[in-house]
Amino acid sequence: MEAYYKSKKNSGRIKVSLSYVILTIIAVVFIFPFIWMLSTAFKIPSEAYTLPPKIIPETFTWDNFIQGWQYADFTRYTWNTLIVTGLATIGTVLSASFVAYGFARFKSRYSGLLFTLVLATMMLPSQVTLVPTYLLFTKLGWLDTLMPLIVPSFFGGGAFNIFLLRQFFKTIPKDLDEAAYIDGANAFQIYYKILLPAIKPALITVGLMSITFHWNDYMSPLIYLNSDQNFTLAIGLQFFQNSFGSSQIQMLMAVSLITVIPVLILFFIGQRYFIQGITMTGIKG
Amino acid sequence: MKARNNRIENREEKQFFLFISPWLLGFLIFTLYPMGYSIFLVFTDMDMTGSGQFVGLDNIIRAFTQDPLFYRSLLNTLYFVLVSVPASLLMSFLIALLLNQKIKGVGFFRTSFYIPYITSGVAVTLLWGWIFNAQFGFINYFLSLFGITGPNWLSDTKWAMPAIIIMGVWTIGNSIIITLAGLQDIPEALYESAEIDGASSFVKITQITLPLITPTLYFNLVMGIIGGFQIFMQPYILTEGGPSYSTYTYMMHIYNSGFKYNEMGYASTLAWLLFVVIMIITLIVNRTSRHWVYYDN
Repeated sequence: MEAYYKSKKNSGRIKVSLSYVILTIIAVVFIFPFIWMLSTAFKIPSEAYTLPPKIIPETFTWDNFIQGWQYADFTRYTWNTLIVTGLATIGTVLSASFVAYGFARFKSRYSGLLFTLVLATMMLPSQVTLVPTYLLFTKLGWLDTLMPLIVPSFFGGGAFNIFLLRQFFKTIPKDLDEAAYIDGANAFQIYYKILLPAIKPALITVGLMSITFHWNDYMSPLIYLNSDQNFTLAIGLQFFQNSFGSSQIQMLMAVSLITVIPVLILFFIGQRYFIQGITMTGIKG
Repeated sequence: MKARNNRIENREEKQFFLFISPWLLGFLIFTLYPMGYSIFLVFTDMDMTGSGQFVGLDNIIRAFTQDPLFYRSLLNTLYFVLVSVPASLLMSFLIALLLNQKIKGVGFFRTSFYIPYITSGVAVTLLWGWIFNAQFGFINYFLSLFGITGPNWLSDTKWAMPAIIIMGVWTIGNSIIITLAGLQDIPEALYESAEIDGASSFVKITQITLPLITPTLYFNLVMGIIGGFQIFMQPYILTEGGPSYSTYTYMMHIYNSGFKYNEMGYASTLAWLLFVVIMIITLIVNRTSRHWVYYDN
């Protein structure tokens, strides 16, 4: 019997070690492109194009960052991206929580039907509404402004976020609201004084996901922005690649690295919330 | 009493509509109105300025009979979906399985698998362009270590789409986490009783884990299909649809028709045809799911 347990323990140990080896190999594959990016960003031009490639540059240089940043108006692009990401995220968090509160706490003959409609819009591919929405923004004179990238976020903040926040609101006992009602609070005060603080982790989740979405978004800026001074980083980077790209790969990688870093920092700070948000997606799927 | 109840109900209904009004307005302006208008556009040859005429079914006929790029882009997109979705599903299941063990450092691994997903924007797409570079890219260098001469990835009609698929599979962090969450919901007791019966790891995975994880796999499958059909940025930046249309995706065809050739009517037609294709495939998957998705209630 003892021998049996011993052999079982050993086989368990082998299994765990094997898992570590496989996981490490896969993790390296997932991380390696970033190391490659980092390494190229610090190389001098001649070294970027040498075989075999070196992971650690022989000659370290910061020039790529400085020169790359100056070749195009990246400061401007960053500023535009910050405006879009910041305002769109504020809009998303505010309006999704506001609407989710309505769906979570108030009954109406239409609430079931309307909530089904919220969920249905998640299934609709955005392409279907793409052209008319474009024509609408053109008529409003918003073409080549940041407005189309910001304003829609203030109208409900996206079906998925409404769904997520409604789930969270539902986990908070209604007694809390009722006690506040008796104390004379109105529905709006209950929303922002009691319920919003109570679902802070969920709000952070939605906020973080909105930030990364808008920071990385490519399609909308591509469609709505034409002139250089309105570009976001996504469009600016592509513009940069088209003008200098393949011949100046070390600069392209340096500039790309700068634009990825804020997202990475954000991820490390908010890791717990990212995972929580994603996990929620799966459970209710 | 009844009147009072009605009054409360009325007040509640008013408050309900007050709070959901941002969404309701958004739904009317950004979903319902564009959908209706988009249907209308299908039957016109309208351009960006909004001028155009009623053309009946011409756009639909054109897509099916006069537009080789319609079929080309659809087939390319199908190719992408058919390879990348199952590959991503399988990979994320296997990785989640490995992560679901009681081992130290899970956080580190989870982070490394998730980072590609969170950063998957233009910057990272450009990075892949460099990795796939035929001469100085890392992949071909790596292959050369084994004596293999790598292809000209992005400029080879046979290899450009596989390159984009590889990049797609690299960003599966999201479905890994979702699958992992699903795995952690499986009651430990099931494994324990199987162990008492002397079940091997293989039996445990195929008889317990796999059936119980099917709802999560189904979710990932449907989301993967919907997302896969909308693939645009990666081929648009890396290859612009080339070489000779081998990575020209359906979404690119919609974008070019509308915003490059200024044919809003035709672009809307293509969008609705895509919607129909996605609906049909999702329905088929939904139908078959009865036979393989396990629900315990």
